[in-house]
Amino acid sequence: MLRRLKGIAVAVAVALAGAASLAALSGSPAHAQNTFRMGFQGNLNTLDPYTINETFTLAMLGNVYEGLTARGPNLQIIPGLAERWEIQEGARLWRFHLRRGVKFQGGEDFTADDVIFSAQRIRGDTSDLRVRIPNGAEFIKVDNFTVDVRLPTPNPILIADWDTFYIMSRTWAERNNATQAVSSRATEPGFSTLNANGTGAFRVTAHQPGVRTELTRNPNWWNDANRRHNLDRVIFTPILNDATRVAALLSGEVDWVDPVPVQDMDRVNANATTRVMAGPETRTIYLGFDQRRDQLLAPAEIPPAPAGAAQRRGTNPFKDVRVRRAFYQAIDVNLIVQRVMRGQARASALMIDPNLFPRHAAEFQRLAFDTAAAERLLDEAGYPRVQGFRGGNNRFSVGMDCPNDRYVNDAAICQAVIAMLARVGIHITPIIQPRAQYFGKILAGGGYNTNFYLLGWTPGTNDSHNVLIQLHGCRDDRGTGGVGVANVGGYCNERVRDLTNQILVEADPVKRDGLIRDAFRITVNEDVAYIPLHQQALAWGVNRRVEMAQRPDNVFMLYHVMMR
Amino acid sequence: MLAFVLRRLVQSLYVMLAVGVLAFALFRFVGDPVNQMVGQDTSVEDRDRLRQELGLNDPVPLQFLNYLWRAARFDFGISYQFKQPVMQLIAERFPATMELAVVAMILALVIGIPMGVYTGLYRESWVSKAFLATSLVGISLPTFFIGILLIFVFAVQLNVLPSFGRGQVVDLGFWNTGLLTRSGWLAIIMPAITLGLFQMTLIMRLVRAEMLEIMRMDFIKFARARGLKSRVIYFGHALKNTLVPVITITGLQFGSIIAFAIVTETVFQWPGMGLLFLRAVQTVDIPIMAAYLMLIGLMFVIVNMIVDLLYFAVDPRIRVAAKAAH
Repeated sequence: MLRRLKGIAVAVAVALAGAASLAALSGSPAHAQNTFRMGFQGNLNTLDPYTINETFTLAMLGNVYEGLTARGPNLQIIPGLAERWEIQEGARLWRFHLRRGVKFQGGEDFTADDVIFSAQRIRGDTSDLRVRIPNGAEFIKVDNFTVDVRLPTPNPILIADWDTFYIMSRTWAERNNATQAVSSRATEPGFSTLNANGTGAFRVTAHQPGVRTELTRNPNWWNDANRRHNLDRVIFTPILNDATRVAALLSGEVDWVDPVPVQDMDRVNANATTRVMAGPETRTIYLGFDQRRDQLLAPAEIPPAPAGAAQRRGTNPFKDVRVRRAFYQAIDVNLIVQRVMRGQARASALMIDPNLFPRHAAEFQRLAFDTAAAERLLDEAGYPRVQGFRGGNNRFSVGMDCPNDRYVNDAAICQAVIAMLARVGIHITPIIQPRAQYFGKILAGGGYNTNFYLLGWTPGTNDSHNVLIQLHGCRDDRGTGGVGVANVGGYCNERVRDLTNQILVEADPVKRDGLIRDAFRITVNEDVAYIPLHQQALAWGVNRRVEMAQRPDNVFMLYHVMMR
Repeated sequence: MLAFVLRRLVQSLYVMLAVGVLAFALFRFVGDPVNQMVGQDTSVEDRDRLRQELGLNDPVPLQFLNYLWRAARFDFGISYQFKQPVMQLIAERFPATMELAVVAMILALVIGIPMGVYTGLYRESWVSKAFLATSLVGISLPTFFIGILLIFVFAVQLNVLPSFGRGQVVDLGFWNTGLLTRSGWLAIIMPAITLGLFQMTLIMRLVRAEMLEIMRMDFIKFARARGLKSRVIYFGHALKNTLVPVITITGLQFGSIIAFAIVTETVFQWPGMGLLFLRAVQTVDIPIMAAYLMLIGLMFVIVNMIVDLLYFAVDPRIRVAAKAAH
């Protein structure tokens, strides 16, 4: 009896191991040929291409839908559904010649009507991609395969972000009651949230948001004869947890993951079946200052100037360019790149990826890291070290806002910056929060409630004008008017504003780049509007069986994936 | 009996109301949902309009009344992120969580009770000591660590179990189950162990403590004196008397297994309600958060009530006391 009981207990206790070894004997199931399995940290929430203007959603949908234009592996603009286009009347009229014989996945023919319809839909009230089309633009059907776009003012970069202005089928949308984009504020579920009908290389064959999405090769794709992929099926799974995502890659259950945390890169490369594809991303990480308020916000504290100190300009130190320059020179960006980012970033002098401004980017240099110069500048600005202020001989104290789940090692960067600034006598109170709270506080919705912050920016158009108007455009207190929405610190310079307006309408690319250079000379060299830190690296983990192109804007093109 | 049930129902209403108030209060501190719903270039005017139409600008008491009124009808609206009805999303995810919780709980009971009985009867045996030592692991290691450890060993090193997901799922119309396919069973092994380990340890230690106490009692001695078989004494008399606290704990733990499956679901990318909730917190998807919290509150209330009713069945003394009170 006793022995039997003992036997049962032991047997049950080893049941776990038993189940595992049973599985071991049978081995893991083989998967079908050329199924590409993706694991990404975020969800694919909607299939409607106009619901949210966000990189990942649009990238994923870019394999199903197509725009009139497309972008190649090096971000060059190439023909998409438009075979070619002409720019006339000084960039006031754009004529698009559409590709013939293209069919939507549902069987509908692609014609000019679909372009006109899509332009209407993307400009509708419920769309989040209205910025794709300039105000007052008119879409005119010339014939079934020619569309004119007439603009009130010249616009040389009209098509810069049209690779993600996806064309939808008018008949399909009308039949399914999906002529309006499903809005972020929708109170009714929409058909196009769960169904897609594009012209692209893949069809959506199953979609359970937040769980699994399955794409199947579209054999009727117009470019199928020249296709540069050999995939039959794509399975997309969101994998939230970093460790799980990396484990899934290492164990061969997925073929592609994004992102690979920097601390796991060596492990992924050391594994015989996987490797890291790293490359610079177009996102610039930077620090910004409050240059609008007259008084800094709590918890900032500025001690009264001691006798003999230089005269201060106003009560907000960040309004003084010398203080901004001092902050800049006190930060050793190379140390951040090497230690915090483990080499997976590139220090930047500009607020835009130099690859997106190739003509003149090399002319700009970062200010030298020089703590002595920084201390001198702060003394000159009237903020000398004050005996015993904030636990040492500090100059003044300010809060710093920082996200901890948005950019690569964001909170660690802030901690490094805080330590570096402490060396020149700036006392900083860190306010580190998850992105939901962080953006709620520092952006327009929270009244730009910050004095000093870390943020990242990718120009949606891959063009400097976007950086100038959104990060340097003069905004009012609320950020209304579509200018300077993300200009959190409220930087404003009339000369930059005039140049930005000229850049918008200048059709000659050489002149235009010259104007951009002039604007950056002011914002970067004269005004030190921001402290650009670096462009972080993209880090994809891929199975070694996979050959694929990596685009610097973190858009993955499934139609460029080859599997061995 | 009826009065007892009615009284509990009224109490449950108060509990749900309290959960509602707390949940609603919480939403005021989770951040701004609008930033998660639009792209970075969206203008302030459009953001304002969105906020207005979502009712985020209404006075707080009005928002609260709206929320309560809708919650009472199980209408939690449309998810900000998915643009799908929240109840539909939760209904889709519910089977995954439920299967995981049930398998984990069965695992905990089937392993924990025999281990507890054994360690209670043979305190000095080396097997007992080994059980107790390993049970310390279950109590002291955090769930996510156990999960990652299992993944590392069984998925990455040995490559025998899947590191994430639910495997092949069969849709039965009203329920989608992973328990009808081989890959589904393989996929549930590690999450269920991770989720059930703590409960297993708890049940084992509880049963052991109860057994130690009961084996010393007079009625066991009398049973022995009467010459009953050991099996009858151990399982018929001793074990049965340990069950009241075990039922309580199992019931309460079942609620918390469902509620706190969040961590396990995240580690294994298990497509259940916990994962949905965690993602909702990150993206400030208030409708999902509201529905989830109310649902979990409701589940605890129901589980507690079932536990109370089970007492009636198991322990005659409670029945007597209830009768005497009336």
